[in-house]
Amino acid sequence: MDTAVTAKKKWWDGGYSPFNVSYGKLMMWYFLVSDAFTFGALLISYGTIRFSSTSWPDPNEVFRSFPGMGHANLPLVFVSLMTFILIMSSVTMVLAVHAGHMRDKKAVAKWLTWTVIGGACFLACQAWEWTHLYHEGAWWGRNPFHNVDGTLASTNFTNFFFTITGFHGLHVTSGVILNIIILANVLKGTYEERGHYEMVEKVGLYWHFVDLVWVFVFTCFYLL
Amino acid sequence: MSNEATLHSQQEVMHGAHDHHDHDHHHEDSFISKYVFSLDHKMIAKQFLITGIIWAIIGAFFSVVFRLQLGFPDATFPWLESILGHWAKGGRITPEAYYALVTMHGTILVFFVLTAGLSGTFSNLLIPLQVGARDMASPFMNCLSYWFFFLASLVMMASLFVQTGPASGGWTMYPPLSALGDASIGSKIGVDLWLISMALFVVSQLLGGLNYISTLLNMRTKGMSMTKMPLTIWSFFFTAVLGVLSFPVLLSGFILLLMDRHAGTSFYLSDIFIAGKALANEGGSAILYQHLFWFLGHPEVYIIILPAMGMVSEVLAVSSRKPIFGYLAMIGSLFAICILAFLVWAHHMFVTGLNPFLGAFFVLLTLLIAVPSAIKVFNWLTTIWKGNIRFTPASLFSIGFVSTFISGGLTGIWLGNSSIDIHLHDTYFVIAHFHIVMGVSAFFGMFAGIYHWFPKMYGRFMNNTIGYIHFWVTLIGAYLIFWPMHYEGMAGMPRRYFDYSSWTSFNQFGGLNQFISIVVILVFATQLLFVFNFFYSIFKGRKLTEQNPWKATSLEWTTPINPGHGNWPGEIPEVHRWAYDYSKDGRDFIPQTEPIGPNESAH
Repeated sequence: MDTAVTAKKKWWDGGYSPFNVSYGKLMMWYFLVSDAFTFGALLISYGTIRFSSTSWPDPNEVFRSFPGMGHANLPLVFVSLMTFILIMSSVTMVLAVHAGHMRDKKAVAKWLTWTVIGGACFLACQAWEWTHLYHEGAWWGRNPFHNVDGTLASTNFTNFFFTITGFHGLHVTSGVILNIIILANVLKGTYEERGHYEMVEKVGLYWHFVDLVWVFVFTCFYLL
Repeated sequence: MSNEATLHSQQEVMHGAHDHHDHDHHHEDSFISKYVFSLDHKMIAKQFLITGIIWAIIGAFFSVVFRLQLGFPDATFPWLESILGHWAKGGRITPEAYYALVTMHGTILVFFVLTAGLSGTFSNLLIPLQVGARDMASPFMNCLSYWFFFLASLVMMASLFVQTGPASGGWTMYPPLSALGDASIGSKIGVDLWLISMALFVVSQLLGGLNYISTLLNMRTKGMSMTKMPLTIWSFFFTAVLGVLSFPVLLSGFILLLMDRHAGTSFYLSDIFIAGKALANEGGSAILYQHLFWFLGHPEVYIIILPAMGMVSEVLAVSSRKPIFGYLAMIGSLFAICILAFLVWAHHMFVTGLNPFLGAFFVLLTLLIAVPSAIKVFNWLTTIWKGNIRFTPASLFSIGFVSTFISGGLTGIWLGNSSIDIHLHDTYFVIAHFHIVMGVSAFFGMFAGIYHWFPKMYGRFMNNTIGYIHFWVTLIGAYLIFWPMHYEGMAGMPRRYFDYSSWTSFNQFGGLNQFISIVVILVFATQLLFVFNFFYSIFKGRKLTEQNPWKATSLEWTTPINPGHGNWPGEIPEVHRWAYDYSKDGRDFIPQTEPIGPNESAH
């Protein structure tokens, strides 16, 4: 092991990680790039089909319900809440990673728990929204909503909505499961023994990515 | 924690853990942990290779069966009925069976043999050995990568045996044919199994690719800078990058296709009639699938050919006892190919409804690939130029690779022009082009790799005489099979037809088709000879008596003849020079581990 890291060190000459990160983190980064291509392809497909359609339903008309508010017209309020929850869970994840750097086991456990709760709440919200839309008659292959210009819409509005938000929801679900596994390890003291909390950083990367993807999904389906 | 401290703890993890790893692995392995769920990259490489060989035999046999139909459309072969049952009633395959065979031939060879079998084998074997690492970054993920491939193989194999047969709409699985079960018998459960198998395959590729990239970036031994790496490693690097970036897009395309099949969506479907009945699907686009597919599909051909290029570069330098010509230009051209690979996919779609204006740009970008390809070809030729060539089977196959890559590559310039493509698309010209440039060439690279590194894998040599017979029959056979197809294609003979004898325009090729089919059978038999040589040599081949049989410079030959898990018994050697110091300063070769002498300049 070298005694000092000097500015002259040749990082690419072998014997070290050129990016100064462990292979696990490197793999997570490359995986995220790969996954970004998966979502990119889905969203570009959505864009292609939407641009080739003459008209498209108005999200303000479709997404205007809020649990327990009956038929009140509250466009995009519920999805804003969902987005807020997910972004807050990213904030708690940052705090968990930071606590990991401090080797503060209790704080890591606390903030990870909040992250898991945030993720679960987001999934619950999504479940409610899907159920609500289902009861309104929307599903894969069924679209009750009319286009902005009043014409009959094709089913691709709902097709893409359920496929892409579903695919994102699947990512959130696996993220929550990963967070729970890591949380269990934190509580067991696995990382305390190992001497670092890098695993928390790795799932943190994944979690932030899932969050970032939501920003794009949210923009494409609710705002545009 | 300060940045410095993080760094040290991480290096401890990286290097320390792997050294411990090594010592831990001296315990006795059980049969299961050594041969089945092995974590050793060398064993996983052999698993990929042998699975690939089995698939190659099946895929090639399929081509023999449909070539029988194409060469002898009126003859009957009763033995076909006994193996294919009602798919070959009376000894002649049905049109449905023909389409199924063609589709599976493509799928198997492109994905299961030349992707998993080629880069799966040699990336696994050579990356740790040539960069100087104990194993892959994550041996467990590496093991998973193989077993996902195995699962994908099982599902694909199962699809061959279902009642309605395997997927048969062509290996590209274009909708609407593949999206509608009612469209044909080959669009039923076979397509579902095909999609599931391919999804598992994508997972396998991703696990493998991430591992290859992080291993060769992070785990290089001391002194192994990026520009001291053998070209094999550079080619595996770009191959893995291509796979990690393009396979996920294919996965997205498949997800949408599965939805169209089973969830009643219309991503790819619009305005369709089946048996006179209009379907409700509206608003989708079949062209969308083609974009998603070829965004993988084109990089895929480089995923297939780059590892072959890397191995050929290495073998040619070793066997001509000369440094590789233009090492940096070789890396640069690999990089250029890698970038261009992502920018040319629509040249597969010139005539399927792509905007001709857009086509113009894809023509330009496609023709640009000729530049790095030509750089590589000239560098190979100048490497062997005036070399003291040792004509081992590996070097012959490498030279054969250069030959087929040139002759197949030149026809690519024809097809890359959208105006010529209007005439030549979907004809035998296309078949001739891609079989020579990527099928035969990639196989030649793979054979070169197998003959060259077999001693490292099994501690024995393969039989040379059979190797020479294998080479000459395969090279001559390949040209005899595919050269005539250019003429058929230029005459407009379309591909994927079951029987040409009723077409006056193509009747004239009856004899030629028969000739091609006979050569196919001969070449297939020769490949079986190779397979025999391979398995026989594992057990009975001439034993290696020295560590470095080819007198090569690279690191894998500094390991013991039969390296254990961990590769080097003691310290991992340090590297001081590039991998191509052949015939330097009056010496035949200087291994990478030898320090630069006082009167010597580093490359």
